[in-house]
Amino acid sequence: MKKLRKKVYVTAGYNTISLGSGRKEFRPKEPRPGIEHYIKEAGEGAIAQINNPDNIDEGVVTNFMMARYNRQGNRPGFFPMIHPALRYKPATGVEGACGSGGLGLVVACKTILADLADAVLVIGIEVQNTVKAVYGADYLAGAGWYAGERKQGHAHFFPAQFSDRAGACFEKFGKEKVREGMAHWYVQAIENARRNPKAQEYHNSTEDLYTLAMTPPNPKVFCEHINVFDCSKVSDAGSALIFASEEGLKKLGVSKEDAAEVVSWGQCEDDITKPPPDLTKLTTTEKAVKLAYERAGISIRDIGVLEVHDCFTISGLLAMEAVGAVGYGEGADFVKEGRTRPDGDIPTNTTGGLIGYGHPVGASGVRQAVDILHQLTGKAGDCQVEINPDRPYGMLISMGGSDKTVVAMTFRKTE
Amino acid sequence: MNLDERLENVSVIGAAGKMGSGIAVLLAQELAKLKAHNQGKIYKLNLIDVNDAALDGLRRFIKAQVTKVAEKSIVALRSIYADRDDLVENWEMIEAFVDDAFSVIRFGSDLKMAADSLLIFEAIVEDEAIKIRVLKELNELCGEETLFLTNTSSIPIGFLDEQAGLSGRIIGYHFYNPPVVQRLVEVITAQSTQQELRGIGAELGKRLRKKLVPANDISGFIGNGHFMRDGLYAIGEAERLKDKYSLPGAIYIMNRISQDYLIRPMGIFQLIDYVGIDVFQCILQVMRKHLGDSTLQSDLIDRMAERGILGGQRVDGSQKDGFLKYERNRPVGVYDLEKGEYQPIEGKWKEDLDAAIGPLPAGFSPWRNLLREPKKEEKLSAYFQNLQGAKTFGAELARAYLARTKEIAKKLVQDGVANSEEDVNSVLTNGFYWLYGPINDYI
Repeated sequence: MKKLRKKVYVTAGYNTISLGSGRKEFRPKEPRPGIEHYIKEAGEGAIAQINNPDNIDEGVVTNFMMARYNRQGNRPGFFPMIHPALRYKPATGVEGACGSGGLGLVVACKTILADLADAVLVIGIEVQNTVKAVYGADYLAGAGWYAGERKQGHAHFFPAQFSDRAGACFEKFGKEKVREGMAHWYVQAIENARRNPKAQEYHNSTEDLYTLAMTPPNPKVFCEHINVFDCSKVSDAGSALIFASEEGLKKLGVSKEDAAEVVSWGQCEDDITKPPPDLTKLTTTEKAVKLAYERAGISIRDIGVLEVHDCFTISGLLAMEAVGAVGYGEGADFVKEGRTRPDGDIPTNTTGGLIGYGHPVGASGVRQAVDILHQLTGKAGDCQVEINPDRPYGMLISMGGSDKTVVAMTFRKTE
Repeated sequence: MNLDERLENVSVIGAAGKMGSGIAVLLAQELAKLKAHNQGKIYKLNLIDVNDAALDGLRRFIKAQVTKVAEKSIVALRSIYADRDDLVENWEMIEAFVDDAFSVIRFGSDLKMAADSLLIFEAIVEDEAIKIRVLKELNELCGEETLFLTNTSSIPIGFLDEQAGLSGRIIGYHFYNPPVVQRLVEVITAQSTQQELRGIGAELGKRLRKKLVPANDISGFIGNGHFMRDGLYAIGEAERLKDKYSLPGAIYIMNRISQDYLIRPMGIFQLIDYVGIDVFQCILQVMRKHLGDSTLQSDLIDRMAERGILGGQRVDGSQKDGFLKYERNRPVGVYDLEKGEYQPIEGKWKEDLDAAIGPLPAGFSPWRNLLREPKKEEKLSAYFQNLQGAKTFGAELARAYLARTKEIAKKLVQDGVANSEEDVNSVLTNGFYWLYGPINDYI
């Protein structure tokens, strides 16, 4: 596959507030909206931007672990709940752990490329605040290999996986440098989130973010090499956007100015039963990005806005290396120098990312696509960055597990 | 006999009470850990309370508390259960830990259950006569190996020892409320306290991860030695101010001064309510008797107690009304003894009083905010500096209060209740959650 056989567009993006600790309105002990609310709010948010929901042909619902967080299966069953016009239309549920959202985007693209639909509504949701984090850790550990890894694994299974990656990077590239880079990533995430009213960290008013980020880890209660500020949030949120063919856009009554074009994607899967080949690299991400670049005929120099899967600060640094923004082992310096900031050469995670906006796990890939769409169409509000005309592309990386299920997708402003 | 052997059979007397139930939780989790490490060995924790009806609530309380503890120590639990192939996920280990804790517990109301215990924690009502009677009875039931740890907060240990005929097999082991949360244990050794028991007490403190502060065997020890006098001072001030502001107004003022101006976790009248007005009265009485100090008395406390307005907490932990009325554990009214009703803390009444004491000095942050503040000392120091210079009535009251609280603390060292100023400060910061000790440079 070199180029897409026909044009695919994204439009009508919508993100809900990411609810969880940090938001002023979050009351852990009081009842809160469930998955139904987020699916409906996100879906309606997208529908409000088109002429008529009758013109949506199909739905994709992405989510990771509602079977445990919400004791609910059958994801697609909620699609028709959004609007009566969607009843009896096809809908598909997609799951690929933290990369569920990315897989949903690919399913929508494929459906359109196969001429099976002209408009596909993709909705991602996750509602995690139903249990304490200590139990949520069990559910999230399902993104790893249960039979082979869970028993030996840490109580906080995934944080520990990435703590090990941080530890390996400390050893290889120097602890001080990498630790500082991680702290700068946190600072950037919170500062970006403060410009995004939907972000979980929007209300964050900590003065000295850097000192906080440098809090020494406490392995007795958490992990060896990372602290809680290095982690993405536990979130309740939903996101939605519509994939459409050229014909589809017309049917939806959406002008091209309000849409972005999907240029390419790379999708790679690594064996969940095998440990990562190198803890200091996101090997699978690197391969998926390479495919996305090749198919679009571009390189990192063409990327003007980027969304990476910063489930942990260390993943943010490693992702910058995996996309080729900087050489192996140099991610920390790149971030420290401010080159991923909104005014840097590659504005990254401009709305806060998984650490600042929040990480509604199975929805994050969809949220990333919405934010890229908003940046490319000038609808990113206070988070808007200037898209350098020499770098007109946007890219997102959606990653499931420890670099196992990866989608890298590129977009461009419409012409 | 070492501590591990003694922990094979332990009893808590008064287990359904506020302190007893907390001590029970601490012991249950310790025994569950021992059990996890020594599968097959039998451990017994006898939770005894005369109030049979309260045992059901105790069971629920222990389940909730042990679960919470297990959730918080999940990192350690995973290594404790590393060899149990049947336990994989966090929740399974948490459940197993709670099961282990319950498997060692026996609930009941009969003191005879304690007959084979090697360690007995006494946490019954703070009443001399009852404590002595129960300790005597236990002494007859148990063997000579049995050691006693009493949670008394005011009765001299040597006196209890002599009266109950325990031959030095008793030590003061005063947990703070709530025992699961508060790190402090005041350890009171009587001259007669056996050496072995002193060692057991020290080791147990480490196991339970408590901060042990030694106090000498003088009624009230450090904690109540300070708290009673601190409370009486505030009551005295309220009585002095009542002509001008009415008694409810004066109580409101002193409560605010202690909570806000002095940046304490709660106002002094709220703290008296939290402890219980009847408990406060009872401790005063014990101290008055043993110290021969007639100033340890309060008409106001006696009148409140007579009215049956006692404060204290409900089984669910919520605060009962006392000097103050509470909604969601927050003060919303002040008791008016003359009218026999609560004056709501609101509207013009509140505004006038707040205006009378004036605004807080610059640099004020509430206790809760400073608790996690890394530059806490710096901020407190700057605030108290401003308090020194402030011209308001509130600042004047606060300075006098600071001076008095310091004087009380220093006297505890002079009188030989505490071995050092540091120990007094440690009791107030660890047991009362103050951000700073009463002996400081702020005044």
